[in-house]
Amino acid sequence: MKRIYLDHAATTPVDPAVVETMLPFFTEYFGNPSSVYTEGRGVKKSIEAARLQIAKAINADPREIYFTGSGSEADNWAIKGIAMKNQAKGKHIITSTIEHHAVLHTCEYLEKQGFEVTYLPVDEDGLISLDDLRNAIRKDTILVTIMFANNEIGTVEPIKEIGEIVKEKGIIFHTDAVQALGNIPVDVKDLNVDLLSISAHKIYGPKGIGALFIRKGVPIDNLIHGGAQERKKRAGTENTAEIVAFGKAAEMATEHLAENAAHMKKLRDLLIKGVMDNIPQVRLNGHPEKRLPGNANFCFDYIEGESILLSLDIIGIAGSSGSACTSGSLDPSHVLLAIGLPAGVAHGSLRLTIGKHTTAEDINYVVDNLIQIIERLRKMSPINADCPIDDAVFDKAAHHHH
Amino acid sequence: MEYTDVVMENFTCPKHVGEIEDANGVGQVGSPACGDIMKIFLKINGDGVIEDASFKTFGCGAAVASSSMATDMIIGKTIEEAGKFKNSDVVDALGGLPAEKIHCSVLAAEAIQAAIEDYHKNKA
Repeated sequence: MKRIYLDHAATTPVDPAVVETMLPFFTEYFGNPSSVYTEGRGVKKSIEAARLQIAKAINADPREIYFTGSGSEADNWAIKGIAMKNQAKGKHIITSTIEHHAVLHTCEYLEKQGFEVTYLPVDEDGLISLDDLRNAIRKDTILVTIMFANNEIGTVEPIKEIGEIVKEKGIIFHTDAVQALGNIPVDVKDLNVDLLSISAHKIYGPKGIGALFIRKGVPIDNLIHGGAQERKKRAGTENTAEIVAFGKAAEMATEHLAENAAHMKKLRDLLIKGVMDNIPQVRLNGHPEKRLPGNANFCFDYIEGESILLSLDIIGIAGSSGSACTSGSLDPSHVLLAIGLPAGVAHGSLRLTIGKHTTAEDINYVVDNLIQIIERLRKMSPINADCPIDDAVFDKAAHHHH
Repeated sequence: MEYTDVVMENFTCPKHVGEIEDANGVGQVGSPACGDIMKIFLKINGDGVIEDASFKTFGCGAAVASSSMATDMIIGKTIEEAGKFKNSDVVDALGGLPAEKIHCSVLAAEAIQAAIEDYHKNKA
């Protein structure tokens, strides 16, 4: 059966051109880049070429790019590294309630270490308020970390405006741009960011390689201690094959940004229109315009997300959900709760994320089948508009605590 | 997390979906906040035998499959027999459930007990 992959926010297939670039580095060019002999020096050059490709993709200087093992490591390094290095100046950090767990859990960890964290709320579209940010800034604020674009609902935050406010106050600004790269322009000079996290596997590169942009002169502690790799800032023998792959993927993403984004946006709008026009009792999550070109996120009343995903999977469609049942935890998505959805509604969410290879035919197939799946699951559900959940149900359920 | 073939069969082609119009025992448990609600309908005859059972469920694949299997298993049983029905009976019949989904089978067993209670209440 033909598979239709609509979970590009989770990961993307590695582009064949990227695979071709990386393969010789497993065999022919296997040398350790730190070695002084020919095998090492050649590989070192390839790494620096990749660093330049990444730098160009985000308008940075190559000396400001540091490779990491993942986007999560980049987030951890940015937040812990700034916190540890600057704690004499203050121990207050500002972030938002809808960050990726790599940011949220790192902030929670720092709270246990004596730091104070302000979690800015978001509105019903997932946007933070600049006034809230201004009001949250204190004399002892050392770091603001706000994501560029949300991984679940696709909302794009006003990073440039945040950057202006934060810069004026002399505070360090980090953004997790893992979902943004390859989808919207990312320009560190224009955005006034000091640190920015990116990851290869969201832009048709391999898993296991990320990078942190650190603006020249920003005071930061190391996270991974050891050898002198990455200009003494990140120890560990370089993941050569994946670094050159990341460079190639970033170059391709930048080169084709406009056409890929236009293609995804066209199909996203086709998908949103198809769903909103044909399925009753549905809501689009995330900002209607300020959203990633490939992201569509819906909540369907009266049904649960995992059963939608299973039904889609059976007919060849891969998507994701913010339902507790799909997260391995018992709570629905923190992002959907943060935009004000009741837990019961958040359980019925479906995220479909489009990629550069998705076709209009794929989208039409998904919409046609989704109409039937939602109808079937709603017929099976004990709740509907005529029979909403009453208090009696909650009474009976009172003993049913997870 | 992986579902057994029996779970997937019971999710894709669930047995006994819907309401029984002349049901004389109805039980509903769970909450939307938890992500599962199960409503079970029983038709119990004068001899105390469950002649028919059906369900309506809001929940994940395991919740639907547990509802389907549980209703299928209690049809033809007396209410005494059904009263001893345990969640592990559902889990075994489904060929197992992932650890984080065991609560779905618990909910199915509780919904049946709630429906039997409702039947006794209606009779009294």
